Order: sequence, then structure tokens, then C-alpha cells
Amino acid sequence: MLKDQILTETYTPPGRHREAGLTDEQVVDMYRKMVLARAIDERVWTLGRLGKVHFVLTSAGHEAAQVGAAFALRPGYDWILPYYRDMALVLTLGLSPYEIMANFLGRRDDPCSRGRQMPVHWSARRLNIVSGSSPVGTQVPHAAGIALACKLRREDRVTFVSFGEGATSTGDWHEGLNFAGIHQLPVIFFCENNGYAISVPFRKQVACDSVADRAAAYRMVGVVVDGMDPIATYAAVKAAAERARGGGGPTLIEARCYRFTPHSSADDDRTYRPREEVEAWRRRDPIVLFKNYLMASGLLNEDLDREIQAWARAEVDEATDRAEACPYPDISELYTHVYGS
Amino acid sequence: MPELTFREALRQALREEMLRDERVFLMGEDIGAYGGSYAVTRGLLEEFGEKRVKDTPIAEAAIVGLATGAAMGGLKPVAELMTINFSLLAADQIINHLAKIYYMFGGQFTAPAVIRTAAGWGQLGATHSQFLEVIYSHVPGLKVVMPSTPYDAKGLLKAAIRDPDPVLFIEHTLLYGIRGEVPDEEYLVPIGLADVKRPGRDVTIVAYARMVHVAMNAARELEAEGVDCEIVDLRTLRPLDIETVVESVKKTNHVVIVEEDWKSFGVGAEVAARIAEQAFDYLDAPVVRVGMLEVPMPYNRNLERHVVPDEADVLAAVRSVVGSRV
Repeated sequence: MLKDQILTETYTPPGRHREAGLTDEQVVDMYRKMVLARAIDERVWTLGRLGKVHFVLTSAGHEAAQVGAAFALRPGYDWILPYYRDMALVLTLGLSPYEIMANFLGRRDDPCSRGRQMPVHWSARRLNIVSGSSPVGTQVPHAAGIALACKLRREDRVTFVSFGEGATSTGDWHEGLNFAGIHQLPVIFFCENNGYAISVPFRKQVACDSVADRAAAYRMVGVVVDGMDPIATYAAVKAAAERARGGGGPTLIEARCYRFTPHSSADDDRTYRPREEVEAWRRRDPIVLFKNYLMASGLLNEDLDREIQAWARAEVDEATDRAEACPYPDISELYTHVYGS
Repeated sequence: MPELTFREALRQALREEMLRDERVFLMGEDIGAYGGSYAVTRGLLEEFGEKRVKDTPIAEAAIVGLATGAAMGGLKPVAELMTINFSLLAADQIINHLAKIYYMFGGQFTAPAVIRTAAGWGQLGATHSQFLEVIYSHVPGLKVVMPSTPYDAKGLLKAAIRDPDPVLFIEHTLLYGIRGEVPDEEYLVPIGLADVKRPGRDVTIVAYARMVHVAMNAARELEAEGVDCEIVDLRTLRPLDIETVVESVKKTNHVVIVEEDWKSFGVGAEVAARIAEQAFDYLDAPVVRVGMLEVPMPYNRNLERHVVPDEADVLAAVRSVVGSRV
């Protein structure tokens, strides 16, 4: 764990979202999305334990970083290249709970691949969400390429690409940032730093003190934000988007957060993460902190919170039932999309 | 004789070689406290310490590049790439460098690194479920090993670590849990030697890795039909022991080649070509290949099962080549 990684205990002062340009309705909606994402994660984790979903990666613990970022982007207009932990991001941008469940269950209505690709390799053409493959960091050069296309076509679209801090050690990552820096491309490089590349801790992955420090080598602004605070993340991504649109080039944002589950359903994090560390971060659960903030700001009370929790559970129940009833892709479709002609 | 899992046999090989030769060290993603993505290196960090069991960043090209450098510098690195799918990120270091150091520099330097990696499937999608052994078997300068049993896995890994050339050691993910006899005493399995896993007189089934087990199951069923299969386990793909295959073909006059990979330009194609070159006159029927359907591996369970070859495919292939006899 980074020594300075736990930043604050609460978001203060109340009402601060208005300074960031967020309305009262927007922050309550942010909270709803965070609660819904957590409810989906919890359900999918259970379905994994029941053997119904073969492979599960969650966004739990990353909700504030992802939902905050999504609110600063323009769904269906800006380009989004997410990574496998970004369910809360793509949910906020417009994938429905049903589509997400169909993806996890590998059903015909999986919007990303109709059951071809592993779960959590998010994509949706209608939302300009671009699919990636499993090797880590490989979407970063793609993002630079898309941003180059936008720049050459004089479009004001911003390209947002996300990854964990582990990806920042890969060659593709450095090559992508370097190119974006040389050509001052309109890209937001968004790092969700949860301190571990599966089991390998930050200090054994990254030679400098922060991921944001790496921006200096590529002629771009690097900023660190509290990834447990959706307002802070929103503000950072919004500023980066404005910089990109204004011709100011790329930004590298490091959102510091923590994953509340093991890396995936296939590993046991007790071998590499001390329980005290997990518990310390659990006390900064972004959903709890944001709930407290909204209550202190007079935008949420226990009744409304119960209503939101019940709504999220109902959404997840319905999505799960529908997705489980959705058929598998038919074997007659096996060769569909191997070739375009 | 004690029984070990494939995984335990590999761990024993690593441990014995690390105890025998202090130049041997391990490097890779999640191999330390976590014990390796497939738990092969579990316990080795505790026993040998961080100097000899090194966790690396996610940087496949660097892992192989560093291993190549360390090998040229006099150490014996055993690098782990989490899966062979990710080896493509290091393909330049493997193919353009590791494989060619000895030749390109006139024998002045050797790079005797071992690259261990896993290949397999099991609802892991298109970029986690490839085999790709063919790509590396294509390249002179590399040795490529793909064992089927715990005994072979241990003996071949020890031989790979002692080999003067770079070795790509491919472990099938669905074999890690299988058990088999492994003797207590020291032994090596030579690289470049195939093994007749089941003697028979009617048809030769050439296979490797998990397909050996699929072929063995099919052979038991075929025995009841009066067809006696001989199963040749290639064990090493490069250098390919075609002599053992040809000897078998001369006896059985019928061949089925089973690979858990796309057939196009594959191991089966290579073996079939060499049989055509060296044993054409001994064939009583065309060579038949069994392999994966030629699509990227789908995630969905039903589609995936449909893509991977199984016992039924082997049975159908053997029946087709010996059809005139039964």
C-alpha cells in the first residue's frame, strides 16, 4: 500500500459538488448508480459461487472513480476504452443491468459479443465503447489512435481510456502515452490505482512514487485524485476533457482506490493482502462515504436511501431473471463474425 | 511409486534444480507470495527467498528480455509467462532474440533460459484460450516441450533447465490437477524424444499434451471394437521425434493425428507431411487429423465444447481410417 494512499475520512465540506458544477439531482443520481453497480457486483459474485458465471471480476471499491468519471463524459459521443474492472463505468454510460447480466452469463443478448468474449470485456457500438482483449494495457495505443483520428477529422470528441496501475508497466502503455504526448492528442488516460497487479504490490510494479509522475516523461499533465470520492474524480476528468477539447493535449489521471474483492473469482487475496489493510479501506467504502456526504448536504435521508437500495435490488433481480431466461447463442452462429465476407 | 499431481511434479522439478544449481532462479508475474497463477511455484518464495523467486511487473517483453540477458550473463532463469496468450507480447524477445542469440553471434553467447507458460481453455474467451505452440515450434533455435503426464513434466522440466539452448515449456492448464506416478529418485526425460504411451498394432494415434489422455480414452473404447491403437506422445514438438512416429506407422499402416489446436498449418500438418515424405509406402489409408474448429475460442460453454476436439472426434477419425478392417 502507498503510504499516502488513504487520503481523507470524509468528503468535506457539504455542498461541495456545486462548486464542481454538479447539480443536486446529479449527485443523487451518481449515488444511485454506485449502489446499483455494487448490487450487480454482489449478485454476480454469488452467481460465480453457484457456478452460473464462470469468471467474475468486480468493480467493487472502484465505484466512485468510475461513476465520477462517467458523469464527466458524453455517452455515445466521446470514445471510451474501458478495462475489465469498469462495470460501474459502462453501467453509468448506458449499458443496462440486463445487458451486463447477459454478458456475465454468456447469453445471446450479451451486447459486447453475443457470448463470444469473456465477461467484463466491455463494448457497445452505440455508446462508442470499444472492446479490448485480455492482455493488459493493449487498449492504450488504440486510444491514442482513435484520438488521432478525432484530431485529424477535427471532431471535438474526447477519448477516455482506463486501466489499472499494473498496466502502466507494460510496453504498450508507454508507447501509447508517448505517441499521445508527441501529437498532443485529446485523450484522458485514467488509471484506477488499487495498489495491486493481482498479487504484486505497487512498490514492486512501479519504480516511481506515483503513476501520475509518469506523465512528465510524455509531455502531459499528471494528477492524483481520491478515487473513493466521485466529486473529485468527476472534477479531474471534466478538467481533462476541457483541456483535450481546447487543444491542450492529453492528461494522465491517477484515481487511488481499492478493490474490495480478490482480483477475480479465481484467486484468494488472503495470500497477498493483509486483512487489516482490507479492513482499513473497507472503512472508506465509497458508497458509505458518499451516502454520508449526501446526508450532510441534505440531499439524502434514511428513507430515500432504503428506497434506492430496494430499487437497486429489484433492478438486479429483474435483470438476472431475464438474463437467465435468455438462450445461449445457437451453435449455428458459431462461425458468424469470424470473417466479414 | 508415489503419485503426484502434474503441478506438484513441476514444483518438485523447480525445487530440485534450484537446490542443485544456485544459478537457477525464477521470475514472473504473481509467482511469489501468490504462488503462481496456477500455483506451481507455491512455497518456493518461502524456501528460496526473493533473490531467487522474483515477482515482476506486468511486462512480458521485459520478462523474456531480462531472462535472455540473465542467461547470457551466466544465470539459469526460469521465467513464467502467465499464459501463452500473453507470450505474444514477448514474441519479439522470444523469436527475434532468445531463439537466435547463439546463432547470430557465432556461438559466442548462449541464452539457456527456460520460458514456462500455460495453455488451455475453460470459458476463458478468445484471448485466454489459444495454444500457439505452432508459432514457436516454427522457429529454429528454440526447443518446444509440451508434456502430458506428471512423470514427463518433471523429467522434461529438469532437462529443460539443464539444456544449453532456450526452451519454451508449455503446460496444459487442464492437466495441472491430474495425478501420476513420479519416482523419488532423480531422473531426466530427454528433450526431443517421443514416447509410445500405448502399444498397439492397428492404428497409430499421434497426440501430445491433453490429447494423449483423450486418445487413451478413445483407445479403450476402440479396443472393445477390436481396434488396437498405438498412441505416440510427441512430448517435444521441436525438435520433433519423427522416427518414433514413422516406426509406429510402419507397424500399423494407419494414422490419426490429434491436436488441441487449429489444424491449419499446425503440428498435425507437419507430422502428416513428414509421414508422407518418409513412410508414404506404408500407409493403407489417408492420414486423418483431428483438431479444433477454426474460430476464435468462444466464451459460451456450449459453443466452446463444440469447438474443442473430444473422444467422439477421435473415435470417428479412427473408425474412418480403419473402416476397411472392422
